[in-house]
Amino acid sequence: MGRYLLRRLGFALFLVLAVSSASLLLTRLAPGDLATEQALSLDPAALVRLRGELGLDRPLTAQYLSWLGGVLQLDFGRSLLYGRPVSDLIGERALNTAMLALAALMLATIVGLPLGVYSGSRSRGVGRAIVRALSVVALSVPPLIGSLALVFLAARTGWLPVGGMTSASGAELTWAQWLADLARHLPVPALALALPLAATLERLQSQAIAKATREPFVAASRARGLDSVQAILRHAWPASLPSVLGLYGVMIGSLFSGSFVVEVVTAWPGLGRLMYDALKARDLYLVAGCAASGAFFLAAGTWLADVLLALTDPRVRSEEVV
Amino acid sequence: MTRRAAVFVLILAMVAVVAPLLAPYEAGTGFRDFLHAPPMPPRLDGFNPPVAYPLILADRLEQRFTVDRTRTIRLPWFADPGGEPVFLLGSDHFGRDVLSRLLYGARTSVGLALFATLGAVLIGVLAGAWAGLRGGWVDEAVMRVADFVLILPVIYVVLVLRSVLPLVLPASTVFLLVAWIFVAVGWPFVAKGVRAIVATERDREYVQAARSLGAGPARILIHHLIPACSGHLVVQATLLLPGFILAEATLSFVGLGFPDPVASWGTMLAEAGNYNAIARFSWTLAPAVAIFAIVLATNLIASPDHEN
Repeated sequence: MGRYLLRRLGFALFLVLAVSSASLLLTRLAPGDLATEQALSLDPAALVRLRGELGLDRPLTAQYLSWLGGVLQLDFGRSLLYGRPVSDLIGERALNTAMLALAALMLATIVGLPLGVYSGSRSRGVGRAIVRALSVVALSVPPLIGSLALVFLAARTGWLPVGGMTSASGAELTWAQWLADLARHLPVPALALALPLAATLERLQSQAIAKATREPFVAASRARGLDSVQAILRHAWPASLPSVLGLYGVMIGSLFSGSFVVEVVTAWPGLGRLMYDALKARDLYLVAGCAASGAFFLAAGTWLADVLLALTDPRVRSEEVV
Repeated sequence: MTRRAAVFVLILAMVAVVAPLLAPYEAGTGFRDFLHAPPMPPRLDGFNPPVAYPLILADRLEQRFTVDRTRTIRLPWFADPGGEPVFLLGSDHFGRDVLSRLLYGARTSVGLALFATLGAVLIGVLAGAWAGLRGGWVDEAVMRVADFVLILPVIYVVLVLRSVLPLVLPASTVFLLVAWIFVAVGWPFVAKGVRAIVATERDREYVQAARSLGAGPARILIHHLIPACSGHLVVQATLLLPGFILAEATLSFVGLGFPDPVASWGTMLAEAGNYNAIARFSWTLAPAVAIFAIVLATNLIASPDHEN
């Protein structure tokens, strides 16, 4: 199992490097650079000087190699747009995105898994039909639509503030007040992100439970006198977990895609917005840094899902080659 | 499911073709006295064509309207041209009819998604069939690339690819470029299944029979292997379509899709998507409802009724 996880780790590092290099090179090769925006207001000589200061006049390979050399020492360069180290900027924003993504993931898990166990362990009934219907509807609300709908609801009812992470007066709040303010801003984006995820989890858990309850060992536990709830919770559910946990690794990608959209709609200051701004301004190093951190989270997520899978499924643990 | 999916894709294609013909106004026609006019519900008028109550501008600055219940006007399809406008779904901030733009936008958004789906299926079939037929390192390489593309967060890839291209482009160029970007992220979904099917089917008796009768690889592929994949292709197309519609909406929403005057569901949402507009002029969110309906239809088709 150790070797397997190590191999996945190697692949993850490769992924981070490949994705960030590709985005750096693509951004560099794209028409226009950060100085183009100032082209109208500056005379040609000043423009050349600005390019020189920003290091945009160097050949592609030299620029890439010096960036790569920095990255190997965990130095991602300075943002041309903000004039600050890329790692600082990303650290702040990645925390916000991680908070949003974690909240959504927890919400989806808390809602999705129990409902999935419930609907999967029955073959008919009103409750199951209601869960099914709700799940199909939630599955059909992609984050873009969901966040627009929730912002609409919040704005109309006035129950929750919309836009941003804290209110505008966030600066002079105490720590506890800031936390309370954050807790009021979080539900709208988190719910928009969580709805389709919860539905996906519900469906998969439902199918996995239905499959597990047909296994002979569940029938055997019933024969030993366990009631149906006990048999499901103690035998069927653990057996169904590996296939559900496998989904978490796949979900990280959609969590990322979804959080970008939600961040734009609800003005949540996260990684997605940062990357979007960096792309539009052709801020090479910031783009590459954002891509690297995105790839890192993606790889870390899939890696974590693999570890979880190995922990819950004894068959994976013993297999050396997967 | 295959048949229902095929019908669904055909209906969407029909919508893209027919919708603009049903639009009461041109997509770009703005009525300056009716900025952000609320929806005007149609009423039945005996055996005559349905009518609506006209709006009266109450406050130009606040964009408030009152309904004049003393008289009725005919719906645009039945009225003489040049009469008072009727906005069944309200109007946007330029006084353009939301219903008309929704219908014209269907051509842009659904048309783009259909085009990209077709491209993704085509590339996916070619890549998958090549990998499945050749096997060996070709198979390995194609599948590795496909797996790599599959784990990337799609919207970021689309975002990066779109934003490294020139930002201001004519609408027709945007259409083609965005479609190709969608093809680039969509083909692996098709290719993986095609490869699996081709790899198992190529050794089956009927393929051997065709080969021994002298059929070349191209003939075997077109006449025997691709028909074997048709179910998979229809299913994948059904799943890709709403994804691409949503991707266009997202791109245009953040300003990297179609330029503003073009009516697409994404550009419409981009205009509707600020807080004041959402709360006060919620009818401009009509494309969101359309997208929800399409995704819901897809999920209902794709969900097996008797999975347990």
